[in-house]
Amino acid sequence: MSSSLAIIAEDVHKHYPNSTPGAGLNGFNLQVPTGTVCGLLGPNGAGKTTAVRILTTLLQLDAGRAIVAGYDVQHQGRQLREVIGLVGQAAAVDEIITGQQNLELFGKLHHLNGATARQRAAELLERFGLSAAANLSVGKYSGGMRRKLDLAASLLVAPSVLFVDEPTTGLDPAARQEVWTALRELIATGTTILLTTQYLEEADQLADQIVLLQAGKVIAADTPTALKQALGSERLELRLHQAEDLAPSLTIAQPLTVGDIGVDQETLTLSIPVTSGIQSLLAVANHLNQHGIEPADLQIRRPTLDEVFLHLTQQPATVQ
Amino acid sequence: MSVPTITNRPYHPLRWFITDALAITQRDLRHWIQQPATILLTWGFPIMLTLMFGGLFGGAMKVPTDSSYFTFLMPGIFGLTIFFGLEGTAQAITVDTTRGIIDRFRSLPINSSTVIFGRCLTDMLDSTIGLVILIGTGLVLGWRWQHGFAAALAGFGLLLFLRFALLWLGIYLGLKRKNPGLASPLQILVWPIGFLSNVFVDPATMPGWLGALATWNPLSATIAATRQLFGNPTFPATAESWAAQHAILLALLWPLLITVIFLPLSAYTFRRLDH
Repeated sequence: MSSSLAIIAEDVHKHYPNSTPGAGLNGFNLQVPTGTVCGLLGPNGAGKTTAVRILTTLLQLDAGRAIVAGYDVQHQGRQLREVIGLVGQAAAVDEIITGQQNLELFGKLHHLNGATARQRAAELLERFGLSAAANLSVGKYSGGMRRKLDLAASLLVAPSVLFVDEPTTGLDPAARQEVWTALRELIATGTTILLTTQYLEEADQLADQIVLLQAGKVIAADTPTALKQALGSERLELRLHQAEDLAPSLTIAQPLTVGDIGVDQETLTLSIPVTSGIQSLLAVANHLNQHGIEPADLQIRRPTLDEVFLHLTQQPATVQ
Repeated sequence: MSVPTITNRPYHPLRWFITDALAITQRDLRHWIQQPATILLTWGFPIMLTLMFGGLFGGAMKVPTDSSYFTFLMPGIFGLTIFFGLEGTAQAITVDTTRGIIDRFRSLPINSSTVIFGRCLTDMLDSTIGLVILIGTGLVLGWRWQHGFAAALAGFGLLLFLRFALLWLGIYLGLKRKNPGLASPLQILVWPIGFLSNVFVDPATMPGWLGALATWNPLSATIAATRQLFGNPTFPATAESWAAQHAILLALLWPLLITVIFLPLSAYTFRRLDH
């Protein structure tokens, strides 16, 4: 066993007898070095949650082998569960009791004594900005607050490996930012994290390594930078009001682009490949302004998950 | 910001099991405090049933001795309350096992059956309190036990034994139900099954086959046994049936049978959650 790997999965298979094909795992392999963040990226039904459930002992595998923090998921479940944290897709907290009572409960179930559990609960509520809601029933929490409480509940005893399953699915942008900030702080402490997400941007923001999953199999694993290079750069999309603006806009965009500018005469749209989206956007906006051209729309487009999968598999990401 | 390393208590299977189950029981009891209306309704509802049936229909009922209908009714209401507890157990188990929190429990370093064990402690406590409240109600309405306190305690013991057996049936049904929001067949079926008994009337007054079902209903066995132990009136016609003559034996055998079937079945179903 290599001690520098926090998560190892070798040829893991899992089939669900009565469910849609593709939701299981079909020869899943994974290696996550200790202290790094791995983003497990894939569309719905790719097997992300199945992988997390197997690695956290919630689900038994059919074949293969998986080791987390040095413990075999099949034979050392209890020891494994002592050193992991799980933030599942559905908020795994009690909605009737208060935030403080939730964290105390999970602290006690981590076998902290009563006083330590209470103190730890208060610390974590403070850290996640939930102190004001400590004595409020969780049913009254917003989606973002619940997620943060969920995250706090996974950190009562510092986990060696933290599993976070789609942490921001269904959250509004503000709540998403809050969850990311919380995760970043945790990443800074050197906790190994396996994060699943449907959003390329999320994996890009947080992960050291991105693993692309499709139909229960890893189809690519690399750093975000390398993956993006493989996919090509960002694009600026500039839509104009009048056809006579096309020519001067092309002249403006020409020195900023790193590739061929796509011109759609019909929709009056320029598609401009760039390296740094924000800087190019500002420069283009500035120049347009100087030339008295008012754009109908100007935006940065990043490769979508669909495009990533299209690129890697030549088939659309959405299976169902 | 650093995450402090906290040393938790060393592994000790039995001590962990007990403290874990108590922590989960505490959580269940906190539900009572957070939602007092729910638990108060659970305890108050049988009082309402007692007053409703005793007050509204009591006058029309022919009680075998010249005592009041309440003296016949109270053991029936005790049994019915115990039986209705089944639905509460099933509902709580469905809520806990279909929402995200079961994943939290199962990803903790605990024996996951402590979740079930904590539920058992809570429900037994719930039913015991409910029973004590009802005994008080009965005493106010003129119901008495006639054969001494020891026999009365044995009667209450039989009621709680039935509750214990029904825990496992409730847990099993709760694990099988996948959506806590749906009104389950169980919510509706507890009524006819509860009423198809000797709770309110003499099964001998029912059509033959229905009367036989009512007589052999496990609930009837426990109620007949407690009427015997409390020295409360019972009906002569029913008293001639084998089931009525061996009420105490049946009040022990039925719950034992239910436990023997549904305890392992519940444990098996719970373990299969990881498949």
